[in-house]
Amino acid sequence: MNQFQYVRPAQVPGATKAITNGANTQFLAGGTNLIDLMKMGVVAPEKLVDINNLPLKKIEGNAGGISIGALASNTEVAEHPLIKANYPLLALAINAGASPQLRNMATVGGNLMQRTRCPYFFDTAMPCNKRMPGSGCGALEGYNRMHALFGASDKCIAVNPSDMNVALTALDATVHVSGVKGKRAIKISDFHRLPGQHPELDNTLQKGELITSVDLPASPFNKNVHYLKVRDRTSYAFALVSAAVALNIENNTIQGARLAMGGVAHKPWRLTETEAFLKGKPVSLDVFKQAAQIAMQGAKAYEHNKFKLTLAPNTLLQALKTASGLKA
Amino acid sequence: MKKETIGDSLSRVDGRLKVTGGAKYSGEYDLPGLTYGVLVPATIASGTITAIDSKAALRAPGVVAVITPFNAIKVPGYQPEASTRVKGLKLFNDNQVYFNGQPIALVVADTFERATNAVSLVKATYQAQPFETNFNKNIDKGVSPQNNKDYLRGEAYAYKNAPIKIEQEYTLPSEMHNPMELHVTTAFWTGDDNVTLYTKSQGVISSQRAIANAFQLDPKNVQINSRFVGGAFGSSLRTWPHEVAAVQAAKMLNRPVKLTLTREQMFTLVGYRPHTVQKVGIGATADGKIVGISHESHSQTAVYEEFTERSVNVSRFLYSSPNVNTVYKVVPLNVGVPAPMRGPGEATGSFALESALDELSYALNMDPIELRLKNYADVDEEKNLPWSSKYLKECYQKGADSIGWSNRKAKPGTNNDGEWLVGYGIGCGAFGAYRSRSLAKIKLMPNGTVNIQSATSDIGPGTGTSMVLIAADILKIPAEKIVFELGDSSFPVAPTQGGSATVSSVGSAVHDACVALRQKLNSLAGKPENNTDDIDYAKVLTQNNLPFLEITQESNANEEAKKYSMYSFSAHFAKVHVHPLTGVVKVKNVVAVVDAGKIVSYKTARSQMIGGAVGGIGMAMTEEAVFDDRFGRYVNGNFADYHVPVNADIPQIEAIFINKPDPIINPIGTKGIGEISLIGVAAAVANAVYNATGKRIRELPITPDKLI
Repeated sequence: MNQFQYVRPAQVPGATKAITNGANTQFLAGGTNLIDLMKMGVVAPEKLVDINNLPLKKIEGNAGGISIGALASNTEVAEHPLIKANYPLLALAINAGASPQLRNMATVGGNLMQRTRCPYFFDTAMPCNKRMPGSGCGALEGYNRMHALFGASDKCIAVNPSDMNVALTALDATVHVSGVKGKRAIKISDFHRLPGQHPELDNTLQKGELITSVDLPASPFNKNVHYLKVRDRTSYAFALVSAAVALNIENNTIQGARLAMGGVAHKPWRLTETEAFLKGKPVSLDVFKQAAQIAMQGAKAYEHNKFKLTLAPNTLLQALKTASGLKA
Repeated sequence: MKKETIGDSLSRVDGRLKVTGGAKYSGEYDLPGLTYGVLVPATIASGTITAIDSKAALRAPGVVAVITPFNAIKVPGYQPEASTRVKGLKLFNDNQVYFNGQPIALVVADTFERATNAVSLVKATYQAQPFETNFNKNIDKGVSPQNNKDYLRGEAYAYKNAPIKIEQEYTLPSEMHNPMELHVTTAFWTGDDNVTLYTKSQGVISSQRAIANAFQLDPKNVQINSRFVGGAFGSSLRTWPHEVAAVQAAKMLNRPVKLTLTREQMFTLVGYRPHTVQKVGIGATADGKIVGISHESHSQTAVYEEFTERSVNVSRFLYSSPNVNTVYKVVPLNVGVPAPMRGPGEATGSFALESALDELSYALNMDPIELRLKNYADVDEEKNLPWSSKYLKECYQKGADSIGWSNRKAKPGTNNDGEWLVGYGIGCGAFGAYRSRSLAKIKLMPNGTVNIQSATSDIGPGTGTSMVLIAADILKIPAEKIVFELGDSSFPVAPTQGGSATVSSVGSAVHDACVALRQKLNSLAGKPENNTDDIDYAKVLTQNNLPFLEITQESNANEEAKKYSMYSFSAHFAKVHVHPLTGVVKVKNVVAVVDAGKIVSYKTARSQMIGGAVGGIGMAMTEEAVFDDRFGRYVNGNFADYHVPVNADIPQIEAIFINKPDPIINPIGTKGIGEISLIGVAAAVANAVYNATGKRIRELPITPDKLI
């Protein structure tokens, strides 16, 4: 780890100013990802702006839904009564991630900013366009078992590792940010990016912008939900594939569906076409099997992740079955 | 007051120290003037270091020195290959790089953090050379190791002519020991010819010899302390090059140096279970009598050192067969050298043999236990000797009863529990019961308490607890009056803790020392030598005007043992659930039944059996170190991406001991359990997965992608 400066402002404007003024400056929240990356030499900020003193911890219900402060811990969100009652999918997804110790430290804002776990990104002795633009993609012809099926580019095939982000995507979250140029709201689907020619950019935040809250709209999707994460061990492992499923079922008919997958793309992978297909359909195994196939349109695998072409639809199918309560 | 006996369930004698932080590990000795060493790893897999630029590192705060091949003092024991007295990599002795991650420099600073910072500032330039880390691509380059002979009984490859035959290949990836405690060495010199180490070691006497050899010192002038070890699993059986480097740095700087490996360096510098590909052929008659076994193994090793283990040996004796042939080869690659990892080669070999036997049982349409009974080896057909003791049949029976074997369905994929497929499997193993020379010193104090010392180690099995129980049993005094000390090279000589031989070797010395003390006390008390009635030890000392009574006893393997073949045996049973859509496997139950002779310390023995089963579940389900052969680097060399099993992966594990003393091996009748506790587990799980799904996984670990 390199030597760095450290400041701890008390208010949002001070924090965004501190970032904007620095050449190589980063916000520090829970530190569960950033500190690891600094230890590995993957990032080497000259200055850390610790935002833990900022008043951004509140979780509040409002008329339209709920607002989650960016500094609320993952545990606080997953355990919050309003989240458990109205957004159980989010609680399930958060609890599928990391370990209790990490969830106690990690924040909602930090989780949105979580970097990929691609081994080439983590090892400074191997090439990675995300870590060092222009150095090449180590994964493209390397060990790409954990890598993307959708939306990848010849520059990067890494995936977003977060579980929380998958649920937030399915639930149509809005990310509120504040910067020296003012405040703005970003739809979650516009927050994370695909790698394209610039894999060094994970998201659409502008320099100095700070996530202040994540808001969720009122949602009918609080009953028939499931988050299924398939991984190499039962806990403390990143998803091979995960599926977030929220269904609004009335009289055995799907009134609406919100679906997203994790571990398959550079951003949480929303399945809008599959959602449209499911709308108005009856709850049945056949329907779910068709949905799982629709979800896979456009998938492209690499040498070591071909299994995901089977695992991803199977995971979605299983999550649909569990969420709907379908037997057999 | 309770007087404990051999076989009791005594809580770990140092348990309180361990859970309260009172146990002091090698990294916890704070010495005046202590400096901190952090190694700089190579980023090429083969070649020469042409230059190392340390200027920026030396300017960084707190840095004391950057030791490189270009400025290091010579280690006198590092001599040209032909005459060398030190095995393996000779760190900082020359500028050769043999594997990616090999240390090329050592930064020493006044704090660990400052040393770590300076490591990132050291810049090396290399002349890189071609290298090979791809095992499969180089398997044809396998060579027969110097110390290993091919084996033949009867006719080679006789299985090929049998009516029913299995011929398959089984692959194990490299697996890392990953004990919780990192490898740490703290070294300091007192004068030119006397050095002390606090180091993580499974054998303080062998460490003493290794350091004495390297620096050409009288072993008496090398003190090794390793009182507590936070797990090792074989990774501290030998003295590693970086331990020598810590001693070298302390000499150069004339200050104490503490060298701690990072977790990532634990993947490259302290050994691992080597990537191994095994071809097993078994042939049988239509009614299940084995007529031939062939077992061929290729294992990876380093280009700079040959590592071998006994992966094929189990096939020579575990089942009765007139024809057996084994071949063992190693494939030198640009990798760090492997090391024995719990169960070592026997666990690797058992996975192949026991998987093949399971395949044979399905080909024969015969229950796997029945097949094993049909081919039960009543004598050791390899050595042509009777067993000293063998209760494997009892293991089968007790394990089958406990796991509910009668619920197993013979046809794979036909047993369901809701959405999940259910399967049962068995895997067996054997591990040599060893005993070697050991000494123990016993001292009876005037207050009637007893102190026992031996230079053995405790890497986790509860050595002190076992020794205290042996002493309590023979001396007929309560365990709380006995203190056992270990992990200090100044204590009487004991073997390295490995190969499940500590209780057999050191326990015998403690046993014999206690018997000698007891005889002496009987005679001082005017009683017959073999008197077993209680005597008041303190009173005997007072009456004889003795301030204390001290006896050092040497104990050796007995001659009678040469007439027998001595092994511990195990039968592991697993019940699994497999999800047909996602390929997720849940191990629901493991039953570990072991014939390890007399169990000395029930509670710690049970813990060992559970720990071994956990290791076996890791081997079966999660553990795999993966190389990117383009760079010769691990892509998952850290605790997040290399998956050791977590608690949520581990089911109820039941440990069952046959607990019948072996009449030959030693006076206690104990055969050892540390290794056997892991051997057979991986096959039991893989066989259960087959029973559940009909999918035979011959390449570990059994991750979801292999089952969908």
